Amino acid sequence: MTEERPYYVTGIALPDTPDPGHEQPWKQTQIVGKPMCRVDAYERVSGSAVYPSDIILPDMLYGAILGCPHPHALVKTVNVAEAEKLKGVRCIISQSTPGTDLKWSYQNAKTKLFDPHCRFEGEAVAAVAAETPYQAWDAVNAIEVGYQVLPFVADERKALEPKAALVHGKSNRVGDVQKYQRGDVEAGFSQADVVLEQEYRTECEIHTPLELHGCVAKWDGDLLTVWESTQGVYAVQTVIARVLGLPMAKVRVIGNYVGGGFGSKLQTRKYSIIAALLAKKTARPVKLFLSREETYLTVGNRPAGNMRLKAGIKKNGTLTALDFSCIGTGGAYPGGGVQLVDWLIRDLYACPNVRTECTDVYTNAGVSCPFRAPGHPQGSWALEQMIDALAIKIGMDPLDVRLKNIPLYSQGRDGNPPYTTTGFKECLEQGAKAFGWIEKKKRAKTVPGDNEHVRRGIGMAGCLWFAGGGGKPSTVIVKLFSDGSANLNMGASDIGTGTKTVMAMVVAEELGVKLDDIQIENADTGTTQFATPSGGSKTVPTEAPTVRAAALQIKKQLLKMASKDLKVARLMIKDGRVLSVDDPSKSLKITEISELKSQGVIVGVGYRGPNPKDKAISPFAAHFCEVNVNMNTGETEIVRFVAAQESGRVMNRLTFDNQVYGGVTMGIGFATTEARILDVNETGKLCNRNWHDYKLPTALDVPADMLSVPIDRPDPEANSTGAKGLGEPANIAAGAAIANAIYDATGIRVADTPINPVQLSRLLAEKRKER
Amino acid sequence: MRKKSRQDKPYGGPEVSRRGFLATMGVGAAAAAGIGLSHADTPSVVIGPDSITTVSLLINNREHRLLVEPRWTLLFVLREKLGFTGTKVGCERGECGACTVLIDGIPRYSCLVLALEAEGTRITTLEGLMNGEELGSVQQAFLEKDAFQCGYCTPGQIMAVEGLLEAIPEPTLDEIRRGVSGNLCRCGAYVNIFKAVPRAAELKRGQGGKP
Repeated sequence: MTEERPYYVTGIALPDTPDPGHEQPWKQTQIVGKPMCRVDAYERVSGSAVYPSDIILPDMLYGAILGCPHPHALVKTVNVAEAEKLKGVRCIISQSTPGTDLKWSYQNAKTKLFDPHCRFEGEAVAAVAAETPYQAWDAVNAIEVGYQVLPFVADERKALEPKAALVHGKSNRVGDVQKYQRGDVEAGFSQADVVLEQEYRTECEIHTPLELHGCVAKWDGDLLTVWESTQGVYAVQTVIARVLGLPMAKVRVIGNYVGGGFGSKLQTRKYSIIAALLAKKTARPVKLFLSREETYLTVGNRPAGNMRLKAGIKKNGTLTALDFSCIGTGGAYPGGGVQLVDWLIRDLYACPNVRTECTDVYTNAGVSCPFRAPGHPQGSWALEQMIDALAIKIGMDPLDVRLKNIPLYSQGRDGNPPYTTTGFKECLEQGAKAFGWIEKKKRAKTVPGDNEHVRRGIGMAGCLWFAGGGGKPSTVIVKLFSDGSANLNMGASDIGTGTKTVMAMVVAEELGVKLDDIQIENADTGTTQFATPSGGSKTVPTEAPTVRAAALQIKKQLLKMASKDLKVARLMIKDGRVLSVDDPSKSLKITEISELKSQGVIVGVGYRGPNPKDKAISPFAAHFCEVNVNMNTGETEIVRFVAAQESGRVMNRLTFDNQVYGGVTMGIGFATTEARILDVNETGKLCNRNWHDYKLPTALDVPADMLSVPIDRPDPEANSTGAKGLGEPANIAAGAAIANAIYDATGIRVADTPINPVQLSRLLAEKRKER
Repeated sequence: MRKKSRQDKPYGGPEVSRRGFLATMGVGAAAAAGIGLSHADTPSVVIGPDSITTVSLLINNREHRLLVEPRWTLLFVLREKLGFTGTKVGCERGECGACTVLIDGIPRYSCLVLALEAEGTRITTLEGLMNGEELGSVQQAFLEKDAFQCGYCTPGQIMAVEGLLEAIPEPTLDEIRRGVSGNLCRCGAYVNIFKAVPRAAELKRGQGGKP
């Protein structure tokens, strides 16, 4: 992965887009930045928004996939005789079915659609199309498969042991150990007044967006249309065309709405190919959505992090050395098992001596994929707890230690490029102020009026996000009609972040069109322009400048047309009128411009140009958390959260805050409730494959007292809208802030997630024994 | 449980009474024993998993008669057979609440209710909260307070809040949190949902408690 080819474009060819020239960011805005309700809110709350899983087509069949029940097995025989006899069954495909011998790849690892060597539980073995999903599942259950069960390795910590089962070839290593070094860590430690070392573990986390993964596939002759719940329709189109050997033009992927993704819907999965094959063989549309259980097994996860961090600090708070190592697994195929886990150690704090070493191994488990800020919450869990511990050891406020070590350039990148902007200091200072950090530090640990056994604590953590600057390519078309309404056509998906609303606001800002008068067409390869998948917190900084470029194209033409009517050269647009800059009395309505009236429409094509050379673009954040811990039961109540985020310009205050709350909520899950549990000793199977056994935060687990503190500082260099990404940096620091607050309350450094009552009550009991 | 007895002749299978149906389903046998019914009372008839029977469902004040398999959930029938796709599917095992509908005014997971069980009840889906093209109070409040992101759990959240406000017109924060605690939101819009509920209550009062 490189910055030119980030993870969210893995496996797809990227067209280039021309440089539209750098427009200066807005100085003052009329629309952009205001709190605006979503342009598609009505559709989403009324039920009229059609998500891919809502698609019902005439004569449609339902598909289901038979997944391998073992973490490691060879498929010897597949007997479909009994299954085929069942009522409603129209088609069964497996490895022996003609036309299914298709190449498949997990990143660069080659395999087949139905590979008889199943390396993880849930790997596809066969599939069924039937009149109802019930009948499809009846048939799946009636297929008799002869498996040769193989030894497995499910625990990445044991994958390199000499007797460990091998997932591929001769070693379970995925490539070489990834090493990074600057300065001399040993010299750094010798300069330190305090050196601490700690092991940390973060558990594997599953995305589980509310809408299941899946699609509806339909053939019209040789044209395949797929309605897919995806973060990127073009990524899906590319892979389907490649695997099925179809021209791109013959694959249309539509994903107007998507019920959440968080990274798990960036890629194309086998189910889309399988749905297309079933639809081809039956000559009927096929709806194939995975069950919730299958989504726990086969559509990605945030890998567990097994981390060790040694850090040195001087008494004055200067960091002298960081030495980090990590073992992770992307599962049975390359999945980025340690991707970006060390990034915060390399880049967040000024430190001359840093060494990191990351080892990715294969295990017989579902393949990982990017999950909201890949690697970062794990690395943050280690680094931010370590900073907290160092600060306490040298008797300094953790806030001051962080403020003392703010870098102005990216140390982790070659050539140390400066950041276009960094608001890390403001995040720390303004967040602390809004939270009441100084005042709260002075309070007693007991809660007034409450029982003695409830202790309260506060904690904080900072972060940056590796990407978040966006970049080319992107193409957007805006049309301005002679009645003053506009059409916005872009390929990007709105995965719930408010993308469509922000883009409409950009059009409104430049052309003075009311939001209600803008119609948006998006996320359809048949009718919209190429866009990379919505991920990496890059959708706004990628698409917004592109939309602005398209709107500016129109504006230029519009003013030229108006100048012919007004006979004035210097013109501007305001409130639906074009007026002379020098003499505002000379004006006319946009709808009165003669040439526009006769032409009917102006089309503007916008492109996304390159990012500034030799600069790093990163958003920053600081999170502050207050907890009450029951010292008897280990229950933690998170009572308050303040999140200060610097993501360049705030584009829409309403959706901005919502994103921040959502990021914090997901961080609460990461830190306190979520853990994939594999039966590593006996069967290797997944134990908690549903929301009952794998806990997400509910309305009872998040504080109502959550405050978003935006550091609204347009970035003049990043792009022409001054915005950086937000979704991911809102998620990164929350977990470590909670862990630090729990330390403050209890005096216990909880190095492993999840900090649930089971773990914390055990640690509290051990602490009582020590006394 | 059931308000009227089933007289409809099943399509393509032996006649089966509701009691007989329950008895054949195993759990029904235990339940029937618990309420003092014996097998002699109604002889049980074994029906195949895919035999078909008619059902009449009162959804959003309109009656829908259709053929169903006894195992079909209300969720499946609403979405895939009747096109009420405002009711979403998340887990099909009573964990996420995306499929929440009102049954006789009470929020229920439609994935845990068989279509046959829902006969004789009053079912309200998200579509039923609309007044023509106009949003209902809870929907309007969710729009104003940005109480969603991807919007997929949202219909279920709205139905849960609708049921909550029907029972408690002016809920406290604690009652609100408990009222929506059966509905998962992975995007994490809970905080804005907490803000939307008092606004919905306000809108309802202003509109004279519009259903």
